[in-house]
Amino acid sequence: MLFGPLIIVTIIFALQAILAKQLITSALWLAGVSALCSVLFFLFGAQLVAVIELSVGAGLVTVLFVFAISVAGDDAMDATPVPPRLLSVGLAAIFILLLGWFILPASADTLPVSAIANPPLAQVLWQERGLDLIVQVVLIFSGVLGLLGLLAEVRPPLDASMAGEVGARRQRDLHAMESQISNPQEAGK
Amino acid sequence: MSISPFIIAFVGVIGLLGIGFYGLMVCRNLIKIVIALQILVKAALLGLMAAGNLNGQINLSQSMALTVIVADTIVAVMGIALGVQIRRRVGTLDVRELSRLKG
Repeated sequence: MLFGPLIIVTIIFALQAILAKQLITSALWLAGVSALCSVLFFLFGAQLVAVIELSVGAGLVTVLFVFAISVAGDDAMDATPVPPRLLSVGLAAIFILLLGWFILPASADTLPVSAIANPPLAQVLWQERGLDLIVQVVLIFSGVLGLLGLLAEVRPPLDASMAGEVGARRQRDLHAMESQISNPQEAGK
Repeated sequence: MSISPFIIAFVGVIGLLGIGFYGLMVCRNLIKIVIALQILVKAALLGLMAAGNLNGQINLSQSMALTVIVADTIVAVMGIALGVQIRRRVGTLDVRELSRLKG
């Protein structure tokens, strides 16, 4: 089957995304992981999520990463990680072994298969999981607001000279209005 | 004997989770940490899809995965925006340097 090679390539891409020295390379490897994951989703029969993952994960998020890296600068700094590298590798290996120990014995034969029928996607999405859609709308709204708040430029306070200039302009306008009122004939001419 | 695709998918989930976990521990760059978080979420999504297919409830899995994708994208966008602002104001993306800042 296709699953084995695809999973192996996905893991290699993810490893490259973490180990790459340059941030832009790392973002491109992550886009590859997203694209391969969307192929896997498609093979599992989740066409809708595959399309969304491909467009959002491999498209939008990658564009955002590239934009952010071009704005913030691509500093390569992989000198010494906070915990020693060997300790990190050991901890990650223990994590993988424990997870494998707990998950992998549940093979396809031993996992219970639900007797409930698989309802159509529209029914599940709009009726059974309607609350999720509301949560998504709230998430998007708060995300946009948070992004605007984070990226907003802080305006410097008005300088004294600028305030004085504005005040002088107001005084000039006031004088002009007063002279208009006192001499309406001249103003009419 | 051929290995079931679900077992292969779960091996992939474990591998991706391990790599993301390792990345969170090792990386010092703020944007790289967001990339490690993205890998962790990809692993979670893959596990969700494999479990849904195995259980015969793929449509339920899809509707849950949609929420995860939305939340994941929001987290990525906020992390990136935070990184850009920190770079502008402090001048570095190194989390170790940031933790040394006082005041």
